[in-house]
Amino acid sequence: MTDTLTTPLPPLPTSAGTPATLSARNVGAWFGDHQVLEGVDLEMKAGQVTALIGPSGCGKSTFLRILNRMHELVPGASLSGEVLIDGDDIYAPTMPPIESRRRIGMVFQKANPFPTMSIHDNVLSGLKLAGKGFGKGRAAEAGDLVEHSLRSAGLWDEVRNRLGAPGGSLSGGQQQRLCIARALAVSPDVLLMDEPCSALDPTSTRRVEETIAAIAHEVTVVIVTHNMQQAQRVSDRCAFFLAAENQPGHIVEQGSTADIFENPRDERTSDYVNGRFG
Amino acid sequence: MSALLEHAPPPPPRSDERREIHPVPPRSDRIFVGAVRTASVSTLVVMGLIGLFLLLRAMPALKVAKWHFLTEHQWLPEVNKFGVASLLWGTILIALIALAVAVPVAFGAALFISEYAPRSLKKLLITLTDLMAAVPAVVYAMWGFFWLQGHLLEVSKFLSDTFGPVLPFLRVDNPDTLSSYSSSAFIAGVAVSAVVLPTITSVMREVFSQAPVSEREGAIALGATKWGMIRTVVLPFGRGGIIGGIMLGLGRALGETIVVFLIISPMFDFTTHPLQSGTNSIAPHIALRSTESSGTALSGLLACGLVLFLFTLLINTAAGFVISRSRSGAATEI
Ligand SMILES: Nc1ncnc2c1ncn2[C@@H]1O[C@H](COP(=O)(O)OP(=O)(O)OP(=O)(O)O)[C@@H](O)[C@H]1O
Ligand SMILES: [Mg+2]
Repeated sequence: MTDTLTTPLPPLPTSAGTPATLSARNVGAWFGDHQVLEGVDLEMKAGQVTALIGPSGCGKSTFLRILNRMHELVPGASLSGEVLIDGDDIYAPTMPPIESRRRIGMVFQKANPFPTMSIHDNVLSGLKLAGKGFGKGRAAEAGDLVEHSLRSAGLWDEVRNRLGAPGGSLSGGQQQRLCIARALAVSPDVLLMDEPCSALDPTSTRRVEETIAAIAHEVTVVIVTHNMQQAQRVSDRCAFFLAAENQPGHIVEQGSTADIFENPRDERTSDYVNGRFG
Repeated sequence: MSALLEHAPPPPPRSDERREIHPVPPRSDRIFVGAVRTASVSTLVVMGLIGLFLLLRAMPALKVAKWHFLTEHQWLPEVNKFGVASLLWGTILIALIALAVAVPVAFGAALFISEYAPRSLKKLLITLTDLMAAVPAVVYAMWGFFWLQGHLLEVSKFLSDTFGPVLPFLRVDNPDTLSSYSSSAFIAGVAVSAVVLPTITSVMREVFSQAPVSEREGAIALGATKWGMIRTVVLPFGRGGIIGGIMLGLGRALGETIVVFLIISPMFDFTTHPLQSGTNSIAPHIALRSTESSGTALSGLLACGLVLFLFTLLINTAAGFVISRSRSGAATEI
């Protein structure tokens, strides 16, 4: 099999996104009365890959969902602090949530393509939902975008001959890469990924990691991962989250990935990244 | 069973042969399967017996009327001139009017309850629809007769005056007297719609609310509006339930007796003007005539019952075929 990512990609039919800096300022989060995050300050720099690591239940997914206004969909959920995209608060009353979500895409832990929609339409669904779909007359352009997005997600070679097949007919790993293609097709400024590889085999995982490397210059990536090697391989910066008993999740340490893994300042960080965590 | 397994150990399978797999279910499973199988078979048996009973009792009348029973619109058993044609037509017409009113309302209500209503209101509305479904039909009948009819006369007149010139079937004789509009298929249909509305609403609401959260979130994370999400995920997922709800409503509307009985004035012609006073329907016809009929006339009523029975059976079977499993994104043109 030829490596799809070494062949140059065709130019994007739509304007590629420009990576944006996302900064969380003193973010706290609650489910009902239960506080799960407190005082999270994190800057996710434009064009860089930021990895969020930490033990299960420390609030990484919650934090990620706060970054594109998905948190507020949970009944009873609330938050404090602010999230700025290139300096604009995404929670400002003047900022429609739809707008934020279009600029800040998301890939979920569990692949969720539209199961009976074709692969081709799945990739284009974001644009259509935004009312920017290609009309009947621009099928070629649409085809280019589909190919580009699927190549970026490392799925093109596997599905090029069955773009009309339903998204649900793909394997779990293929579905996940379809979701990545779907998120990339709208050319977001930021891409949030919540354990995107947790259901993938090593080959697909490598593909996704290559994808992240390939797109990092045109989109800011924030990735949650439990895989320390993956965090080291893909990320420029790293933030370590931790929740203690009766204490909401917070960032223990953040910095360049190299520092976090080789020179952690906090003992708990070094315990965690070296797999010595109780 | 265990004895079977003990003697005759099966020969070891040849490795290149497809093996036949015979799992031996545990005892508790077998008992349970037996119980549910008996239950489902007995429903079929009861259905079959009802059909058979109707057929046997209808035979005398069918022998007299022959195939004309299906085409004759008069009901004159004294002169052996009777048939189900106008009754069946009226039944279908009233049911269709009921659906035309109930389906859009039920669809909107179901979407509102499952997608838009805040949590507290949602619970209240669900209880309310369940309550509405539990209200006996006779209550709707009285409401339809004493309240709705009076209010719908003006509406009928308006429809007739406005659209009658273009749509001839909306015209009535004596358009200026309000009583020309009473006891019509239209009024009966609207009253029946109130009976089927809660059923259709709760079936639709139920399937809408089952649309998977992960797919909903997928659409929303792509920047979909609420309506975009509903069109991409909820409606395709709920398509089977939408059709199922409509079919269920149709089944109920076809068999609705007391509501139609109180409102219509029976007439044995084909109802071609639904706003005009006078129409007919199978179930109320049976209710009205059964006490005063005997012999061939009574047998004819059972034949009417048989036709209604077979017709609803047909509708429900058709619904079963139409309701194929559907999931998000099916046939959506966002
Ligand atoms: N919908 C919810 N309702 C109530 N509590 C929730 C909800 N979702 C998450 N929580 C709580 O919030 C805390 C953080 O959850 P979160 O999913 O953000 O953890 P996580 O770091 O992503 O864990 P994992 O690595 O296992 O995915 C947990 O204690 C969890 O119980
Ligand atoms: Mg998580």
